[in-house]
Amino acid sequence: MKFNDLIKQACEWLKGTGPNSNIVISSRIRLARNLKRIPFSHWANKKQKEEVLIRAKEALAASNYTKGALFLQLADLNNLDKQFLIERHLISKEHALRPNHRAVVIGDREILSIMINEEDHLRIQVMQSGFSLQEAWQIIRNIDEEFEKKLDFAYSQDWGYLTACPTNTGTGLRASVMLHLPALVMTRQINKVLQAITKLSLTARGFYGEGTEASGNFFQISNQVTLGHSEEDLLDNIERIIKQVIGHEQNARKALFEQDRPRVEDRIWRAFATLKNAHIITSKEAIDLFSKVRLGVDAGILKEGLDIQTINRIFILIQPAHLQKIERKALSPQERDIKRAELIRKELGGNRDV
Amino acid sequence: MLCDVCHKNEASVHLTEIVDNQITELHLCEECARQKGAQMEQHFGLTDLLAGLSDLGQQFEVAGKTEAKCPNCGLAYQDFRRIGRLGCSVCYEAFKDSLGVLLKRIHGSTQHLGRTPAKAKAGAKAAAAPVQKRPEIDMLRAKLQKTIEMEEFEEAARLRDKLRALEAKNKKGSKRTR
Repeated sequence: MKFNDLIKQACEWLKGTGPNSNIVISSRIRLARNLKRIPFSHWANKKQKEEVLIRAKEALAASNYTKGALFLQLADLNNLDKQFLIERHLISKEHALRPNHRAVVIGDREILSIMINEEDHLRIQVMQSGFSLQEAWQIIRNIDEEFEKKLDFAYSQDWGYLTACPTNTGTGLRASVMLHLPALVMTRQINKVLQAITKLSLTARGFYGEGTEASGNFFQISNQVTLGHSEEDLLDNIERIIKQVIGHEQNARKALFEQDRPRVEDRIWRAFATLKNAHIITSKEAIDLFSKVRLGVDAGILKEGLDIQTINRIFILIQPAHLQKIERKALSPQERDIKRAELIRKELGGNRDV
Repeated sequence: MLCDVCHKNEASVHLTEIVDNQITELHLCEECARQKGAQMEQHFGLTDLLAGLSDLGQQFEVAGKTEAKCPNCGLAYQDFRRIGRLGCSVCYEAFKDSLGVLLKRIHGSTQHLGRTPAKAKAGAKAAAAPVQKRPEIDMLRAKLQKTIEMEEFEEAARLRDKLRALEAKNKKGSKRTR
């Protein structure tokens, strides 16, 4: 696989399938792993970081899970390519910011990705579409088991896997679920739900569009605690809570349509009409409108051949680096807003006339 | 509610911690929270609160400990307090006491109950004697957690005492073997 094939590839986690995919966009699990005694990346010298890269490569070569995977040295990539990987959730901003002696491995359909020499020597990530933490856990556990045969992971009997930051010590496991909760936002119950989540030792944060402007209705919920519970218990806990959040969102959607159907339908149709006809659109506006369209598709209001998968795909493609990769040139923010509107019109089969 | 630090502004950041069944609450205004290292804009995560937390943990640190350095990578505990990241896996051994307190504050526990890498399993068997009691302790701990969740507090108290006795015995035992 080559870098430029990524853009043509449909990544697994955006398929729009899997349990509760009308509310849950994707499920992700990552494991933090480090090699014994070699300083963590921020504290290591060049030679030590190179050693991590070499050892990681050896383990990758021996693994069935990384056969045919794309291995990229961050220092070889230009800013646009790095931004592109961030937008696809394959690397962190932090990883792109300090590219020297860092790498990323991207597996088939982007289910698996591994950052090397990020905060920890290895950050292994598995992403799945819908509410599928168990599937993600099965995959990542197998990969971890393969790697630990080749690599000497830093581990203590008392404290488990040892990580650069003590907030990850123990299992080194962070499970995140991305949710679309428009009805809880519209009925103003979202703060209550998020507060309750925080009390249950989970964290919730908004899903960000371009830059730092928070875009409403999309939330990522993940576990906070990593030590003192088995991996299964951590996942069980987050799953139980997410199920409740899904239940609340479903009830709120029902209530919304029961109480004020014409107004909600009006907002959905107007959002759809704007997306189909706009000639200039920012990513924030597009994300907000797609949120309503997504709700409309789930409620069976918008049919017209629209499905969740198409919406998910457009969602990724309208990000700044993606637009520029598609156009094969640098675009100013103003030019992007025009190209974004064009792409959306084309995808939704709307008015293409200029 | 006014901020616990400046007593001037309205508190908007609320931290609740439970350590050894003792609840500590801290209410901060945004400005003081920021000064405490609580950068709330990206994560509400603990990573960002960490600098603040280890400051709070200061009172638990044994005097003079902050100058201690890791024999493997040379990171001083003070460096850790500043950057919020450890230097290498050996740091965990070098700063064991202070980190134990910190881990308890972050996770509410200091006992790993998750997976063990195959290599570490083999290693543990070779050095069996001091860790022999481990599974029993783990099991008790898991049971205790369950009873607390089920709110069976009498049973929980009984398990806790048993656990403490076992841990005390274990500590003595492992010291003797050294």
